[in-house]
Order: sequence, then C-alpha cells, then structure tokens
Amino acid sequence: MTWTRKHLLTIEELSAEEIMLALDTAASFKEVSTRTIKKVPALRGKTVVSLFLEPSTRTRVSFELAAKRLSADTLSITAQASSITKGETLKDTARNIEAMNADFVVLRHSAAGSPKFLADRLNASILNAGDGAHEHPTQALLDAFTIREKLGRIAGLNILILGDILFSRVARSNIWALTKLGARVTLCGPTTLVPAVFRELGVTITTRLDDALCEADVVNLLRIQHERQRKTLFPSTGEYSRLFGLSRERFRLTKPDVLIMHPGPINRGVEIASEVADCPRSVILEQVTNGVAVRMAALFLLNGVQNRIAQGVPPETLQPRENSVSPPGESDLVADATA
Amino acid sequence: MTIILNAEAMQRVLSRMAHEIVEQNDPIEGLILIGLQTRGVFLARRLASRIREATGRDPPTGSLDISMYRDDLNLRGSPPTVKHTDIAFAVDDKSAVLVDDVLFTGRSVRAALDALTDIGRPRRIQLAVLIDRGHRELPIRPDYVGKNMPTSCREQIQVRMKEEDGVDEVAIEKL
Repeated sequence: MTWTRKHLLTIEELSAEEIMLALDTAASFKEVSTRTIKKVPALRGKTVVSLFLEPSTRTRVSFELAAKRLSADTLSITAQASSITKGETLKDTARNIEAMNADFVVLRHSAAGSPKFLADRLNASILNAGDGAHEHPTQALLDAFTIREKLGRIAGLNILILGDILFSRVARSNIWALTKLGARVTLCGPTTLVPAVFRELGVTITTRLDDALCEADVVNLLRIQHERQRKTLFPSTGEYSRLFGLSRERFRLTKPDVLIMHPGPINRGVEIASEVADCPRSVILEQVTNGVAVRMAALFLLNGVQNRIAQGVPPETLQPRENSVSPPGESDLVADATA
Repeated sequence: MTIILNAEAMQRVLSRMAHEIVEQNDPIEGLILIGLQTRGVFLARRLASRIREATGRDPPTGSLDISMYRDDLNLRGSPPTVKHTDIAFAVDDKSAVLVDDVLFTGRSVRAALDALTDIGRPRRIQLAVLIDRGHRELPIRPDYVGKNMPTSCREQIQVRMKEEDGVDEVAIEKL
C-alpha cells in the first residue's frame, strides 16, 4: 500500500489501510525520539508553517517537534501575534505564507472545513490540526496508535468515549478511525452533548455509564468545551462531575487492564479525578509521546507525495476516491471559513 | 532470468563470509552486525549464527532502516515504506559490520553510515554484501563480498530469502 494523499484533512476520507499505514510508519518514527540524536534528515530543506488560530499547547508543540526531528525548518504563527488581529482573512494570511514558499501548513482554526478551504487554494500540503468541532485527524491517529501499542489490537475492543461529544472534533475523528479499524465504540455523556444522530456513524449511545465502564477496554475522556457552547447544556460543572466524571469510585468498576485516555488539557476533579489521571492505567502522557511520532509519520508520508508531484506525477492519479459524507451535527457549527 | 546463486551456494558463500569476518575481527568481542532492512537483516542473522558456530560467541545483531536518510527521496517512484530500526545495544566503540544484500551505487550504504553514526560512534564500520554488482556512484567499497557479479544497468539483481520470499536464491534479470 502506498500513501497517495497530499493533505491530511480528515479521518473520514481515509481507508482502514491508509490509517494502518500511518500507524505502522509512526511506529518506525517513534524510535527516533528515543535516541541521543533525535533527528533524521528526511525533510531537510522543507518548511513547515504552523498557523494556530485557536489556543493550543500540545498539538502546536508536538507538530513543531515532529517537523524539527525530521530536519524541516519551522515557524509558528498564533492568532494574537499575527495580522489576523488587524483584519486579514485566512486566505490572505495563507497566501502570504505560501509566497514565502512554505511546503506544509499545519492549521488549527475554529471553523470546520477551513483546512479543506486552504487545500483547495494553496500549493502547500495542509495538515488539519483541529477545525472547529469537525475533525482532529492526528489526535485520532495517536489515540489509535496508543491503543494498538498498549493492547496489541484495535479490532473487537470496546471503546467508551465519555463526555462532550457534540462539540468534540476529537470524538468525531476517533469515531471514524476506531470504527474503520473494527472497534466497538460507545458514547456516553449528558444527552444534550451526545446527539442521537451519531448512531448513524455506527456507534452505540448509552446513558448507563456504570455498565459501559464495566465493559470498556478503553475509556477515552473528553473535556467540556465551554468555549464552543453558546447556551447552557447542563446545569453545572459540579453536577457534570458527579454524574459523568471518572471518579475513584467509578474507576473501580473498570477492567483491571483498562486504558484511561484523554486528549488533554485535563480538568482535574471535573471529567477525571486526580488519582485516576495519575494512576498506572492512565496513558495520557504516553499519548503525548506518541503524538510526536504520529505527526512525524504524517509529515513524512505527505512529503513523499509532494516529491512525486514535483517529479511530474499528475496529482489526480495520486488522489484516491472521494468520500463526501459529511459528519452529522456539523451543519450548525460551520462558520464562514474566511472569518 | 538466470540463477547466479542457488540455496546451497548461498549457504557456502555465507559460511565463507562469516569466517572472513571472524578472521578480521580478532578478538571477536565488540563485534556487532547491523543488517539493512529488509534482506540485510536476515543475512546479518544468518552470519551471526555461523559466527556463533565457529567461535561460540554470539555477536549482537540489529536492524537499520535507512528510508529517513536517503538522498534520493525525491527521485524515487514511490515513497519508501519505513521499517523499524532496532538496535537494542550500544554501538559506541564497537566493531560494526553493516550487512546488505546488493551493493550497487553505494547510496544506501552512505545513508546507512549516516543513520548508524546518528545512533552512536562505532570504533570501526565494515561492510558485508552478498552481491557486488558494480556501478558505484560514491567512493564506497565492501570489506566482505559473497559474489562479484558484473552487470549492466539494464539488468536487475533479485535476492530472494526464505524468511521473506520462501526460497534462497539470487537471480539476474533483464529489464
């Protein structure tokens, strides 16, 4: 199997084989970060621009480290420190970056579909680092990588995603990746934050949290995305914590070899008790480690396609079939991508 | 297609190479074998087992993937599949033998030298190849050669090994 995509925009459009290729490639790149000299020359001379128009610590640093460990030159633009505060549109910002011959643009934006918007307009390869509540493909890849590394497989596992599903791009990308790889995914959370329409993605929705915890091989916890909620969707943080937080008592219900995952940032005492976040079954920091390997793999694979285009392989022969099903629950969240 | 080494001949060649390696690396302590993915890894393991038979010592064997180090990443038809680098021991101050199936332009070996020296600083690096087919583009020469096989650029050398291909043989093919 050969990687043929110039951009990494969504998990939805990837096949199970493409996801597995990315995970296998990441496994090889993980070794690089364990060396004394944590650098290989694979992207020497290439430029990676991180355009982060929403706050981020982990993803931005992780992409930047990944690019640096591949010997690429990197620069980072954040909303507060850029001309976007002076009214420049996303398209104009990106075109200016491209005029400086960037090869990769890593984009985080509050508008769903903004990476696709750039991919249609720029020559650079676009990597989606989170677009609104739509997708966060590298997070799903690193979650799948961590599960496979820890439990040896993904197919057949019971994976519980608990929390704010409605506003979570991590949930959407995880659902796409894990169901494609054959896992049984269950969603649980306040009914206002777990829309029934998600059943169409092939997942189970439950309100019986304790039963779901007993059966789960993996519990992936999500933070409440206060910044995306325009109205009150549950009474209080305290009540959320009581009803859906992974407390010490609830943790006792889980299997002895359960994996506790969280994409971060964690809110201790809200969706996860401190003791649970720091317990041996928690792989939250290993997810961070694996994030660098997965992003190195993504950059490496896209770079291979760029090189083939530069040799004159027509891009259309590289692009696999289009898959145009849009994720449910997204329509009311799509903002103007140029905003 | 012409077979230039059959299974039996490959066995004999590997035994000879193992003895040459032992002869050149006396004392045998400090010898490590590093196979280049994929078939170099199998060759390194086979050489190691013959060295054990000859000396009673088991030289540590590792695998090296050079796809992140190639200088022709932008020239190759399709991006390489990245395989594992697995060297579970320190290479510093060791006498390392790089093992590959075919020596051609020398560019894989150059990449392997970069990859290995990023991992550590061996005291000495030697090169063992099953087939030397000529056409070097870099000043690189092997220390141990299974078979010298003058070729034209329009020919292809196919090394097949039991571990990967189910059969031990080396064939030459016109493209």
